[in-house]
Amino acid sequence: MTVTIADVVTEDAPRPAEEAGGRRANLVANLVQLARKPVFLLATLYVLFVIVSAFRPKLFTSFGPYDTYPESAAQAPSAQHLFGTDIYGRDLWTRVLYGSPLTIKATLIAVGIALVVGLGLGILAGFFGGLIDAVLMRIIDVLLAIPGLLLALSIVTALGYGTIPVAVAVGVAIIPGFARTTRAEVLRVKTLPYVEAARAGGASWGRVLLRHILPNSWGPVAVLAVLDAGVAIIAIASLSFLGFGAAPPAAEWGTLIADGRNYLVTAWWLSLLPGVFVALLVLGLNHISKTLQELTR
Amino acid sequence: MTRYIVGRIIQAVVVLWAAFTLTFAILYLLPSDPMELQLAAAGIQEDSLAPDQLAAMKQRFGLDQSIWAQYWHHLTGVLHGDFGTSLSQQIPVSDLIGQRIGQTLLLSAAAATVSLVAGSLLAYLATFARWNPLRVFLTRLPALGASFPQFFVALFLIQFFSFQLGWFPALGTEGIQSLVMPVVTISVLTSSVLAQVLIKSFDETLRQPYIVTARAKGLSRSAVHLKHAFRNAALPAMTILGVLVGLTVTSSIVVETVFTREGVGKLAQEAVLAQDVPVVLAVVTIAATMFVLVNLVVDLLYPLLDPRISHTRGRVRPATPEVVTT
Repeated sequence: MTVTIADVVTEDAPRPAEEAGGRRANLVANLVQLARKPVFLLATLYVLFVIVSAFRPKLFTSFGPYDTYPESAAQAPSAQHLFGTDIYGRDLWTRVLYGSPLTIKATLIAVGIALVVGLGLGILAGFFGGLIDAVLMRIIDVLLAIPGLLLALSIVTALGYGTIPVAVAVGVAIIPGFARTTRAEVLRVKTLPYVEAARAGGASWGRVLLRHILPNSWGPVAVLAVLDAGVAIIAIASLSFLGFGAAPPAAEWGTLIADGRNYLVTAWWLSLLPGVFVALLVLGLNHISKTLQELTR
Repeated sequence: MTRYIVGRIIQAVVVLWAAFTLTFAILYLLPSDPMELQLAAAGIQEDSLAPDQLAAMKQRFGLDQSIWAQYWHHLTGVLHGDFGTSLSQQIPVSDLIGQRIGQTLLLSAAAATVSLVAGSLLAYLATFARWNPLRVFLTRLPALGASFPQFFVALFLIQFFSFQLGWFPALGTEGIQSLVMPVVTISVLTSSVLAQVLIKSFDETLRQPYIVTARAKGLSRSAVHLKHAFRNAALPAMTILGVLVGLTVTSSIVVETVFTREGVGKLAQEAVLAQDVPVVLAVVTIAATMFVLVNLVVDLLYPLLDPRISHTRGRVRPATPEVVTT
């Protein structure tokens, strides 16, 4: 639309937060800004709750995951059993909480693999350019040509079932996104004046890469990592739903939902409530990543 | 231009070959003991076989040959439409897929159509709405749609529309009625992905000077939105058509399993459960072919639809919007 002089002037004016104390002051300012967003706070609290409850489930439930109470089988959700009970009388809320560590571990492994490999490939491609870039990006194109879930499925076929193979499979399937984002950021940062200045000042390429390019291209990659954690949770849950996850009686979220499927008519909560639990987590992660993205822009 | 087309086709063939090779490597090089894997798929215990029987089985699976010979055998087979024999069902994989691919193509096509319409409509409304709360709601809606695991959406639909209301059958492939819920399940995800890209593209297009010109010369808001903005905004969204097709195909794995539809998706799930390696390789190869073909067609059509992009000078490709998918 119309660009007034005032717009241009305010855009060019130095931002006081950065002048005052560099990165740290900027971070504090950002945190204050984030704390004012209620939905963001809610999403963060929920994600934190899921993580804490995964490591200390006893804080939030008095039942054991394998305790069976035949007299209270298949009860609808109530104050005593938040998510109701399954056909063996096990408390579903407890089962969900005890299923968290498996899924969270798998998610961390998946995102970790994607982050390390994707970051490495992206930096190599973006930093060295030329032939290395061309070859690496063609490899990424090939990875992208196989739809993610199918790539994961073939890896699971080869490695066998269980939490770790599923995590590895999902991790490999989300590598391309990280590699592309990192490459784009490195390419952008590489041409900025301060990189040239650092080089002119006598810094080696390695130092420039570690001290100047990496810290400044890290932002979008971190945002993508949060977003992909959500994607990975869905993929891991889908794979364990399809029957490739941990062996019973241990239950990942996907397995719980799949088990409840057979009792959908009589006990809808067995399937739908764990599903809501997972969906809320993914939604929370999506929202956090979106808010962070708006902030870094 | 001709050079571009030929180059693009060669590139697609190379990517496809590399995708096949990668999948082959995963399936045939990663397992520590391919023999055990394939025997398990055929339902035989390795210990129960005498050494000469074991050798015979090895020969039957082609595992007595070197990995290169096996690879060459599979590659030439695929080029002739021969994907080998299913280990668990003992019939040619191409027959198995031939029986089932119709179901999946029908499902994918229906889902793609529905999500194109629904996604465009949502993006159109989200950018056209003036009342801010509604605008924010519609803009955030796609993120919501993409957050729900598909099996959850499917189970929810079954619980609500089959068991509570009794409108649609919960499973099976009988009639058009059984198609409704699977299509809706897939469309929730794919239309969300499409709408996210379209909304972004709309926002950028609406900031163009020619939109201001159109408004300034007295056209109504809706006329500008529909005739001037929509066509240009829809162009970048074309580049994710390949991604959308890929998504409908992978979605069919979960959706066909939940709704018990005998399609290729369910075949894939069963094949992985049975570790039926040739079937998995075939399904992945076919899905990759579809994905690469759609991308090729989009890339070749794009310059015809958008004259601003020409391939006469250098290699200019439309920037593919980053889409996060599973």
